Amino acid sequence: MSARTGAQTSARAEILGRIRTALLDVDRDAESATAPIVAPPGARPPGADHPDGLVAHFAERVADYRATVVRCPPDGLTAAIAAALPAGARVVVPPGLPDDHLAGIPTPVPDSGLAASELDALDAVVTRCRLGIAETGTIVLDHTPDQGRRAIALVPDHHVCIVHADQIVPDVPDAIARLDPHRPLTWISGPSATSDIELDRVEGVHGPRRLHVIVVDPDPA
Amino acid sequence: MSATFVGMPAFPSAARTALGNTQLRHNLAHATGVIRAKRAAVVGEVENWEELRLAGAAVKERALRSLDAHLVQLEESLTARGAVVHWARDAAEANRIVVDLARAREIDEVVKVKSMVTQEIGLNEALEASGIAAWETDLAELIVQLGGDLPSHILVPAIHRNRAEIREIFTRRMGEVGRPAPDDLTDEPAVLAGAAREHLREKFLRARMAVSGANFAVADSGTLVVVESEGNGRMCLTLPEVLVSIVGIEKVVPTWAELDPLLRLLPRSSTGERMNPYTSTWTGVVPDDGPQEVHVVLLDNGRTRALGDPTGRQALRCIRCSACLNVCPVYERTGGHAYGSVYPGPIGAILNPLLRGTGDPQTDSLPYASTLCGACFEACPVRIDIPEVLVHLRAEVVDAHRADRLPKPEALAFRGAAWAFGHAQRLDRTEWLSSLAGRLLRRRGRTSLGRLPGPGAAWTDARDLPAPPTETFRAWWRRTDGGERP
Ligand code: SF4
Repeated sequence: MSARTGAQTSARAEILGRIRTALLDVDRDAESATAPIVAPPGARPPGADHPDGLVAHFAERVADYRATVVRCPPDGLTAAIAAALPAGARVVVPPGLPDDHLAGIPTPVPDSGLAASELDALDAVVTRCRLGIAETGTIVLDHTPDQGRRAIALVPDHHVCIVHADQIVPDVPDAIARLDPHRPLTWISGPSATSDIELDRVEGVHGPRRLHVIVVDPDPA
Repeated sequence: MSATFVGMPAFPSAARTALGNTQLRHNLAHATGVIRAKRAAVVGEVENWEELRLAGAAVKERALRSLDAHLVQLEESLTARGAVVHWARDAAEANRIVVDLARAREIDEVVKVKSMVTQEIGLNEALEASGIAAWETDLAELIVQLGGDLPSHILVPAIHRNRAEIREIFTRRMGEVGRPAPDDLTDEPAVLAGAAREHLREKFLRARMAVSGANFAVADSGTLVVVESEGNGRMCLTLPEVLVSIVGIEKVVPTWAELDPLLRLLPRSSTGERMNPYTSTWTGVVPDDGPQEVHVVLLDNGRTRALGDPTGRQALRCIRCSACLNVCPVYERTGGHAYGSVYPGPIGAILNPLLRGTGDPQTDSLPYASTLCGACFEACPVRIDIPEVLVHLRAEVVDAHRADRLPKPEALAFRGAAWAFGHAQRLDRTEWLSSLAGRLLRRRGRTSLGRLPGPGAAWTDARDLPAPPTETFRAWWRRTDGGERP
């Protein structure tokens, strides 16, 4: 793979050469070219200094996308998961899902490298996430074992995602700072949607049509 | 089956045709109005929006100013994470790379994520010519592809079609290329979207290779970013064995942290959402998760030409949000097809000539497809001064045609303006004559001059010259004390 063909070597050399010629008038050493840009701070949601303000803001913003949001105390999680799943649902689960999560799932199907067509035959998926972003109502998955491969959170039509209150950050810059770019990341803001037909918003095209977010909050207001 | 923009007439005549299409005008006015209002609401929520725009512009500017170094770093980061990097000087070279990758693996169909760059290079046609089917998976792109026509808007490419037409296209065409539309298909948007879901799911589950573009490519980490709404992107980026991403060289962002302002600016400017439903990022090959073979094609295709133009290079900052389209009075009335390119609207009016160079009548007409009102600059999240570049390109077009036997009417008009503006008395007289003509016309109930005779005819071919006002500007100024008095 490292051996480049002749055409490739010359395309690379030629494009880089064209760029250098195009930029002859540019001062490459100017600070604006060398120092990374630091963007202005993100939003501080109302009450962001109290964890509860942040959680409330997050829940409100997720609900804005017509996702279902519930808040529960840690000892209510098992019941909250059970309530989120339709009776008899066949539910794929990532290998690292904690036991108190599993306890809420009547018929879990552990992901052992299921094929996409096998996933397509399942009804729902339960995962955790890496973090939540309050200002935009976003959950971010980095697909570690408590969340599983990217495919399992995608193919089933119903995604139940658990967020812990201390995983919620105020805005996008806080999230970027915490996330590891070398992990594959999936940022999810509400269910799949399209406005392609006469600009009518329709929830659900290819991604899960139902998104159910459970916020675990040690001291819910 | 697929249409192309090649051989499109120049903007003025294409626009005249488009203006006659009331369905198109109605849909466009509705769409641009709705998106404008949504954008305004979510932009208004961000207290430091102007600072954020400055940061977004600065990130892209910094990337461009050392583009060679960032690309070399991107290549290193990608290679270190198991991706294979290819370089393509032009469309033909990029298409050949994709075709060869498919052929070597005996792949005869690919699924595609909506990507402007693959339209720019005509990838679908190239694949088709090699016997490889390319399935568009974005709902609007599917409508456009099945309908055999062209995208008309960056963000909502099928905005020129209404629901009844879409139902008809699905019923007629889906069965020819895969799972047919259900017999009881109605024209409810949710039902139509459901039909697209069923039709495409079989393709997602079967496809061995996907082709995508990328919204951003982060040099220091080797991360590619795709921003989308429907989940078709996630399907393509996750399920197939082989993933090929075609990335224009201007998509580079120097560092992971510098993605921040861009991810805050793009969704609010584009769909008017705080965040789009799905953003996927991936860095090379992830063991046991997603495609185990990842290719990235870095494409020039005119970008270095644009980069060499010190005034025009800012156009390469564009993050394809389409905000400039939605605020443009010309675009709102003519729609995307009149621009004869996958890049329509204000950004298209500068990007196409910058990528292709001047000299061809279709491209040369684009810098004139504007009233220079400046709304596009105000809306642009990365502060591209589109009017400045338009004026600069107009000068280039006029220069390129200096040797033509007959001067362009625009050049004549500007010469006439120079003559009149060059002398106060002359201007007075010209204005007086023109206001007299205006009074005469209005008496006959006309508000527009229609077509001008002589060299002005070409100018009024595409513009209804408003009848001159009955009072000259200078008379109004004297009468009202510069607008102080009523
Ligand atoms: S020029 Fe600016 S406003 Fe227009 S599409 Fe590009 S980034 Fe958006």
